[in-house]
Amino acid sequence: MKVDPNAEKPLFLQIAEQIEDAIFTGALAEEAQVPSTNEISALLKLNPHTVLKGVNLLVEEGLLYKKRGLGMFVCAGALSRICEKRRAAFFAQFVSPLAQEAHKLHLPKETVLELVERSFEQ
Amino acid sequence: MRGIEVRGVTKRYGSHAALQNLSVTFDFGKIYGLLGRNGAGKSTLIGLLANRLFPDEGAVFIDGQPATENGGARERIFCMSEADFYDKDLKIQDQFRWTARFYPTFDLPRAHALAKQVGLNETRRFSALSKGYQSFFKLIVALSLDLPYVVFDEPVLGLDAAHRDLFYRLLLEAFQQKERTYILASHLIEEAAGLMEEVVLLHRGALLLQEEVETLRRQAYRLTGPAAEVEACCAGGRLLGRQSLGGLQTVYYLGEKPALPVGSRVQADPLPLQELFIKLTEEESEGVA
Repeated sequence: MKVDPNAEKPLFLQIAEQIEDAIFTGALAEEAQVPSTNEISALLKLNPHTVLKGVNLLVEEGLLYKKRGLGMFVCAGALSRICEKRRAAFFAQFVSPLAQEAHKLHLPKETVLELVERSFEQ
Repeated sequence: MRGIEVRGVTKRYGSHAALQNLSVTFDFGKIYGLLGRNGAGKSTLIGLLANRLFPDEGAVFIDGQPATENGGARERIFCMSEADFYDKDLKIQDQFRWTARFYPTFDLPRAHALAKQVGLNETRRFSALSKGYQSFFKLIVALSLDLPYVVFDEPVLGLDAAHRDLFYRLLLEAFQQKERTYILASHLIEEAAGLMEEVVLLHRGALLLQEEVETLRRQAYRLTGPAAEVEACCAGGRLLGRQSLGGLQTVYYLGEKPALPVGSRVQADPLPLQELFIKLTEEESEGVA
């Protein structure tokens, strides 16, 4: 894990995204224990309140849950929930910037579609 | 009320006011950065918190009690100072022993363990230690006290990179073990910025700013691009500085991130905290409106 303190994204969001990414890539399986706030805080030299805020965000989103006295765990169904969320964000995050950049480069729509087709064939 | 309250404090040295009617509060349970340039009043404020100095006007309250009250303050606050108040000829192990007699909450076994962990030889005299180990000895004392308020004045002075890293980890460990307030006074902040929840910035003996670090990160930007486009973007905020390089202009801007028009060649990057503080505290001399 690593965070960029000079990035525009707030640190607690960066933490939440990294844990989410770990679930998405399978590094953290469903029902697996998540590193504790203290461990993450020590590893990244971050204020524990910042880390807690990030972890709590994932609890609110239904991706993590707390087992009393044991720590944080990944919810069953977390992976499919993440995929759903990312599919919903796919247009704004990837497609729209692609079209904007193409526009700046004066690339016609047909060329861009051709390039997209080609990337699927690879 | 839990916390430290500095209420309308003025401290003069001769005709010079090191602090001028300063009011600031530090909540219980947070890690603070106390920042400011040389002569901003950081060390004077720390001296007042530690009850080593007395205000000419105003007062300091710790958990609602006046800091000047005898005895009580020592059970609540400790200030690790840049200045050396230790008997330099004493061996480290004896320094620890004296500290334990003076501060009832001093955890002597923990101090020994920490000394071992950082490679501090306890049989040596303070004066025979390197600058870095002198600093670390003082840090160990501060980290071994079980007090609600601990202030570090230039904690990483003279420490090498590995020891600075170790100090930050030990600080977090102690903070996680027990809720308390840590105040880190420094003018080098970039590497410790992630530890701090809130910063207090002093300038010329007054409070210039007190804000949560996360909020500050999204309040200042550096805009770079063609001069005319950059100028058009920064109408809504406060300019902290300006640099030109050929037709390329960079402005330092305090305020919400400006909405850049589609196709804009202006790049807006968040300003790192260290740079923000440099800009804020050199503003006047730069002559920026």
